[in-house]
Amino acid sequence: MSTPSKIRASLKDGAYVEVRMLMYHDMENGRRKDEAGNLVPAWHIAEFRVQHQGRTVLEGQFGTSVSKNPYLVFRFRGANKGDVLSLSWQDNRGDHRVDEAIID
Amino acid sequence: MHSREGVDGGRRQVLKTGGVLGLFAMLGLLPAAALAGIDRKAFEAKALNEALDALGALIAEESALITLTAPDVAENGALVPVTVESTLADVEQISILADRNPTMLVAQYTLPKGTDAYLSTRIRMAETSNVIVLVKAGGRFYRASKQVKVTAGGC
Repeated sequence: MSTPSKIRASLKDGAYVEVRMLMYHDMENGRRKDEAGNLVPAWHIAEFRVQHQGRTVLEGQFGTSVSKNPYLVFRFRGANKGDVLSLSWQDNRGDHRVDEAIID
Repeated sequence: MHSREGVDGGRRQVLKTGGVLGLFAMLGLLPAAALAGIDRKAFEAKALNEALDALGALIAEESALITLTAPDVAENGALVPVTVESTLADVEQISILADRNPTMLVAQYTLPKGTDAYLSTRIRMAETSNVIVLVKAGGRFYRASKQVKVTAGGC
């Protein structure tokens, strides 16, 4: 079971929403060795998407060079306080999760 | 010479699996990027030109309208803060690369209308090298780069 992402979305100056998010994931790059000296297979978030009431406001793809527990800040316009934002991600093994936050 | 076979094969595979992906996308299980068939090949590229080619960004103009903020010295290559901001009009895509990482493309973001050309994130860097950002605006690619001295590699 994956850990819920942390999402903080705040309306700034009544003009734009600043979204700060942290997706909990080990982001194994496939080159690390475990204690027994075996390579740990690559395991990382491959894609994510942020939606505001059904409209995509940011999406992206990650390789293996994004830091563990990917952290991202971005800004978008056209939303109000109280609106719901959803963040979904999927990793290269097909695991996925969706989390929501309310804009404050 | 790098063969185009693999790239075309990959596209065909995308087309073939498009129906299944479409179904998943309708169910809301997959981000739209998968449906758009964005080429994961760029993420496997082990040479800068190969990555740029896969992104369609071999020709990119240096732009002072891109602000790339990264530390001069990173003590921990596992967590290098990078912020990209641009005043270019109609920014639709931002890519971040580290040119001496085992695979160079770090992340690629698609920005719909209404989303500011502003991103802040944390990346891994294997060694002292350049962070390169590619900004696609109005259908053209622009770039900016900055060298980061890495004292303890994080790849």
